[in-house]
Amino acid sequence: MSGLQFDIAHLLAGSLVLASFVMLYQDRLYSLLNVYAMHATVLAMSVAWQAFVQEAPHLYLTASIALVFKAIIIPVALHRIIVRLGIHREIETAVGVGLTMMAGIGLVALSMVVMLRVTPGADALAREDLAFSLSVVLLGLLIMVTRRNAVSQVVGFMSLENGLVLAATGAKGMPLVVEISVAFSVLIAFIVIGIFLFRIRERFDSVDVQALDRFRGERG
Amino acid sequence: MISVALWAVAALLLLAPAGIALSVHPRGSTVLYGGCLVVTLTLAVTALINLLDPFHPTWDATLPVGLPWLGAHFRIDALSAFFLVVVNLGGAAASLFALGYGRHEDSQGRVLPFYPAYLAGMNIVVMANDAFSFLVAWEFMSLTSWALVVSHHREAENVRAGYVYLLMASFGTLCLLLAFGVLAGGGNYDFDAMRAAHPSAALASLVLMLVLLGAGSKAGLVPLHAWLPLAHPAAPSHVSALMSGVMTKVAVYGFVRIVFDLLPAPEWWWSMVVLAVGGPTATMGVLYALMQRDIKRVLAYSTIENIGIIFTGLGLALAFKAEGLDWVAALAFTAAMLHVLNHALFKSLLFFGAGAVLHATGERDMEKLGGLIHRMPQTAFAVLIGCVAISALPPFNGFVSEWLTFQAILLSPQLPSWGLKLIIPAVGGLLALAAAFAAACFVKLFGISFLGRARSPCAAEANETDHFSLGAMFLLAFFCLITGILPGFFIDALAPVSKAMVGNVMPHQVGLEWLTIVPIAESRSSYNGLLVFLFVVICGSAAASAIHRLASDRLRRGPAWDCGYPDPNPAIQYSASSFSQPIRRVFGSVIFAAREIGEMPPPSSAAPARLTVEVHDLIWNGLYAPIAKGIGFATERLNVLQFLTIRRYLTLVFVALIVLLLVVAL
Repeated sequence: MSGLQFDIAHLLAGSLVLASFVMLYQDRLYSLLNVYAMHATVLAMSVAWQAFVQEAPHLYLTASIALVFKAIIIPVALHRIIVRLGIHREIETAVGVGLTMMAGIGLVALSMVVMLRVTPGADALAREDLAFSLSVVLLGLLIMVTRRNAVSQVVGFMSLENGLVLAATGAKGMPLVVEISVAFSVLIAFIVIGIFLFRIRERFDSVDVQALDRFRGERG
Repeated sequence: MISVALWAVAALLLLAPAGIALSVHPRGSTVLYGGCLVVTLTLAVTALINLLDPFHPTWDATLPVGLPWLGAHFRIDALSAFFLVVVNLGGAAASLFALGYGRHEDSQGRVLPFYPAYLAGMNIVVMANDAFSFLVAWEFMSLTSWALVVSHHREAENVRAGYVYLLMASFGTLCLLLAFGVLAGGGNYDFDAMRAAHPSAALASLVLMLVLLGAGSKAGLVPLHAWLPLAHPAAPSHVSALMSGVMTKVAVYGFVRIVFDLLPAPEWWWSMVVLAVGGPTATMGVLYALMQRDIKRVLAYSTIENIGIIFTGLGLALAFKAEGLDWVAALAFTAAMLHVLNHALFKSLLFFGAGAVLHATGERDMEKLGGLIHRMPQTAFAVLIGCVAISALPPFNGFVSEWLTFQAILLSPQLPSWGLKLIIPAVGGLLALAAAFAAACFVKLFGISFLGRARSPCAAEANETDHFSLGAMFLLAFFCLITGILPGFFIDALAPVSKAMVGNVMPHQVGLEWLTIVPIAESRSSYNGLLVFLFVVICGSAAASAIHRLASDRLRRGPAWDCGYPDPNPAIQYSASSFSQPIRRVFGSVIFAAREIGEMPPPSSAAPARLTVEVHDLIWNGLYAPIAKGIGFATERLNVLQFLTIRRYLTLVFVALIVLLLVVAL
């Protein structure tokens, strides 16, 4: 792989991490969904670049799945859901932005150290790629942990999944079946969670997951 | 020939589901116990053929069950054959007893299916030749015996006994699992591969400790004995006999198989550990037994004592084997094996007697019995033989094995190691003390239950038990006598076992004049059970006839043990607590934290004076109660985790992930 190809792959993966950081401090649901769409677009570009570099045409399919489903259909659907739920103007303040960003930086540093330590034998691109994707996964988890709203937790989960796809495409020769099944599982998760959001809303008049806790067991 | 044994075990396993159908049929128990009797006799004969074969063959078989790459390996060699004989002799006697006793059982459906399965489990443990089959069979044996322990589950005490038993059995199996894990090392669970492997001394010592915990908890070594006096009496009496007489021997088998067979040559200090556990177990077990009033609990605690004697013998064998004196090791090992057989015989006999008394009177409390020798003379005679045998009095079998153990103890000055030179005489002292206490304990058991006058109406109206039960008891009593007066045959039959396990045999015994046994050399010691028996019989009859002929012919009958007091109330008789009071005074304050509180009524009050005795189990209070408390405390604290919010759970997962990644990174 030439230097330019490597740099572009590096740039795209780094942009994905940057997009995760942007998601981390969005306190409005609308902008969170917009950033998620951007996140998925960057992923699609990154996968397409990998397809070009590795000369693996099936990765183009993965890229188009990412673009169509994750960057267009899911954000649009979530937009409509939150409009129908009437929570599109809600402001969510969970943990302070500064603290969250510091934690995110710490997580990226941690994933760098872990990956550099455990993969000394792999080639440079794969190492960088894995380090970035682990950062994206950890940041997705951090989003899920710091949010109260069920919709933003779903978004956090899907950004986590984007990190997994990034890791998978970085490794050469990943079978298409795995990608398709991952994509489908995300779609199913999205549908199920979407339905549940409405059910929760119907019953509790809120999608704040704290409302659920009151109805759980004798201590909830 | 091993196929015969395997088919017999298969027949037992088939009888188990048949037991469900038979339990609703009025004659079902007869059919089932009859079937078990036939099958166990077949197994016993098969094993005996192997043991007595002059060429000492090993029979192997592999069945395509269990782990797919391993299969189930079975083998009958001399050690397995001997233990198969013990297991199935006990099983056959229990089945014969149950032909009569089991009919009165009120919860047939909870006993009949598990009884043959339990017998099958014990047989498979003894025949297994790979760790997987061994552990599966071991756990099967534990679970089926647990089901039998809780068969009378309406009594809260039995449920607690079952709970404690289940915990201890799981702990024991876990220890054995770890021991086999260490032994397998490379991942080959076949016993042959374990024999060929040479683990380092540290690993082998670790295995010894784990086996001592695992097999020791099943056998009832102090301080792992806590479950045994709860669980053994809770089961129906024929099952109690199997658990006490036979299952503890299966545990001894597990110990011998791993420590003497699978592990490499012993380190010199191993025997110190085994002896330091065995000796106190013997003394503590019998001291506990002396404090009890419940007949079956006395017998269960006495089992702990006998296990202590057996483990002392095994510890001696390890000591002498490690120091290269394998001819003494053979003596100690043979003594331990003979005691395994003897204890299976007389403990089963005594539990049958307790069962017969329980059925006849509905009572297990000695303070409510008394005078049963008049109502149940044949049971009383059989139990008397059992009591004499377990008290190690000649000419019965208990004396022979304990005498042989002491012969080995007396050879300890030949050992080079100073530690062993000091510890073995101390253990010998503990054993001697235990033997004396055992005699006191069984004088109490027989005297209070069978002699004197009835202390309750149910004891006064007891009826002799049925013929099958009596047959089983007299059969075992006969074996106790035969083993006692002709021990040479049994010692010679044990030669292949000793040869395989410690590498040497005791001198050949059969053929010496007058059937004397000479364990080392005639100049040192010899014992002749036959002559002692003839002497006891002749002197006893002569004394009896002399008394009858010369004594006054004016026969007077008075109430027994009335202490010259005019009140004929049976409560004034000597009681079980009064019998053990002196020993409780001497040892109780230290070992049991016993306290006697006397309450005198104030002057001019007509209220009775009261004496309250408190006895505590210090091992339970000091070892088990803190563990139980700690676990309770921890679960109470961790219970909060059941009621967290979704975000908290996510955070927990997240933090755990970060911590693990930090571990990788740093």
